[in-house]
Amino acid sequence: MMPLAGDSRDPIVSVRDLEVGFQTMDRRATVKAVDGVSFDVRRGETFGIIGESGSGKTTIGRALVFLLKPTAGAILHNGVDPQTLPRKQFQSHRRDYQIIFQDPNAALNPRMTIISSVLEPLELAGAGTKAERLARAQEAMERVGLPQELGERYPHQLSGGQKQRVIIARALTLRPRLIVCDEVVAALDMSIRGDVLNLFAELQRDLGLTYVFITHDLSVVSHISDRIAVMYLGRFVELGPTESVSGRPLHPYTQALLSAEPLPLPSTMRSDRRIILQGEMPSPIDPPSGCRFRTRCQYAQSVCAEQTPAWRELEPDHWVACHFADRPNFSPS
Amino acid sequence: MVKAHSAERTSKTAAAGSRQALMSVRGLGIRFKTAQGIWQATRKIDFDIAPGERVGIVGESGCGKTITGLSILRLLPNNLSGLDGSIMFDDVDLASCSTRTMRGIRGRRIAMIFQEPMSALDPVFTVGHQIAETLRVHTDVGKEEARAQTIDMLRRVGIASPERRIDEYPHQLSGGMRQRVMIAAALICGPQLLIADEPTTALDVTVQAQILDLLRNLSETSKTALMLITHDLGVVAETCTRMITMYAGEVIEDAAVDAALVRPLHPYTSGLLRSLPHLSPRLGRLPSIPGRVPSIAEMPDGCRFKARCPHATAGCEAEQELLDAGEGRKVRCWRFRELELPGALQHAATAPIAGRVVRQ
Repeated sequence: MMPLAGDSRDPIVSVRDLEVGFQTMDRRATVKAVDGVSFDVRRGETFGIIGESGSGKTTIGRALVFLLKPTAGAILHNGVDPQTLPRKQFQSHRRDYQIIFQDPNAALNPRMTIISSVLEPLELAGAGTKAERLARAQEAMERVGLPQELGERYPHQLSGGQKQRVIIARALTLRPRLIVCDEVVAALDMSIRGDVLNLFAELQRDLGLTYVFITHDLSVVSHISDRIAVMYLGRFVELGPTESVSGRPLHPYTQALLSAEPLPLPSTMRSDRRIILQGEMPSPIDPPSGCRFRTRCQYAQSVCAEQTPAWRELEPDHWVACHFADRPNFSPS
Repeated sequence: MVKAHSAERTSKTAAAGSRQALMSVRGLGIRFKTAQGIWQATRKIDFDIAPGERVGIVGESGCGKTITGLSILRLLPNNLSGLDGSIMFDDVDLASCSTRTMRGIRGRRIAMIFQEPMSALDPVFTVGHQIAETLRVHTDVGKEEARAQTIDMLRRVGIASPERRIDEYPHQLSGGMRQRVMIAAALICGPQLLIADEPTTALDVTVQAQILDLLRNLSETSKTALMLITHDLGVVAETCTRMITMYAGEVIEDAAVDAALVRPLHPYTSGLLRSLPHLSPRLGRLPSIPGRVPSIAEMPDGCRFKARCPHATAGCEAEQELLDAGEGRKVRCWRFRELELPGALQHAATAPIAGRVVRQ
């Protein structure tokens, strides 16, 4: 088993050697979208997962709330494997672990009023009386800053930012402990994005929520997260506190990712030493041997093809999987 | 024929002097017929693009940036009700010229690439066929010459083993490769202007960096002007020299990229910069712009941003013109002289990107 990433005091979620595989259409091959990932999510933190499309970040998010079944490994919620619970108990356990997706349009039924969408999870859970459920739904709408009169409207009458707030309100009605946020601001315009990110921060402070924040957007993840995990082709390549990962990245992929991000800064303040990676991410059907990043890595040696790099804690709480990350002068900056 | 064309281009620019604009857009307005009546999508759009210049058009969804790009090539939807103003491109008014003249310009002297290369490429033809098609329509090169030029172009856009790739179909290529193919098809006739509408939005950040680098290099080496339409201020900062900000169908600011980022003159540009998570202190409250863009059906009179503007006062109900702010800058805000608006640098020291900022 891989060593633990992060301290093990009271994690809300523990993931150990997680694998999630999908069969290809012709059933001849299995794609391991997630291939051996271990980490803990600490209570009350925002755990950011960043990666490009196809890295497996969404699959992890869905597996965390058991929308997908792990093919191997374990996911523990509060030390318990929810899959071992009896069906009834599993269902009520699930309420504590919610997920919010990218596109609020796809997540709202266009023929249901806003308030009935917000009420739906409470009705499914059979929580309280009708009046109590309505009160809780209204409270959740107020919590996310939606005026009550919006309740009678339909999704098409709301703006993108308002719809995303409705989705957040709906997730809050069951008073979850953890919310997996999968690209929750990607579909929103820049000027709205700030508002929704502020709301997430506010809810966390007031309700003691834990977030797993999945995104491809470095600026968003580094703004909101306490710790960041960097994912490449089904595996974590780096994990650590936000300041260390974004300030002193140890893995060559993280370094390239950070340097590739276009910065809205005047030319005098931008570094001209950009690392531009060659090629694109290989197919997860047939990933490279050893280190999966080696085909695009400027430092790759023969050992990178032969051995899978160990998951090492090179700085306190800062983990990396690279054979050469501890060599001096390795970092380009 | 290609030679004659480029000779004409050189002589014209030489005669006109270096500051002559390649394209001058004046008073451009686009109206659409809808079931609810006539909608004015954009109005009073004024801007110039100099030969070889790289200009970014930025704004949020619905601000009219895409429709402005499409109107230059007259690729507008059928419910167009009217096109006002002029688009002067080398003495031809693209807004009013004949369809025949437009066909001679489109694809040859002005080319365009889009966000989603997969929907712009035809799945049943090889990429080589699709690139060479542009060349064969616009010039009289023979089949073999066209193939040779296509292979050369594929090499220039960074496609490895172009001799093999030329006979592949779009589905055999990755997203980044497809966008390279689109760029090759756009540049094969050596256009003077390339309009790129969100060319990297569908791509991953590491591939985006490759494509932006390619666009910048090709624009520099072939002296092709670039009009880059994007919602991403970072993409503009990395690629362009000038930035035109649009809001609710109007140009509200036009300035050199560095100047606009350091000291924006319009409250909307400033608000956008401040709302970027890169530039705000970590975990702090992100400044945001309250409210939302007014709907196209109910545009307010006067300044279109005033309902969301922290600096709105009496006087903002008056019609706003694009004012000359000196040093080649323009802004659509009558208060620009008295406002001191924060730009991108305010929080750079404590922002998440602090570690990546170069100190002077």
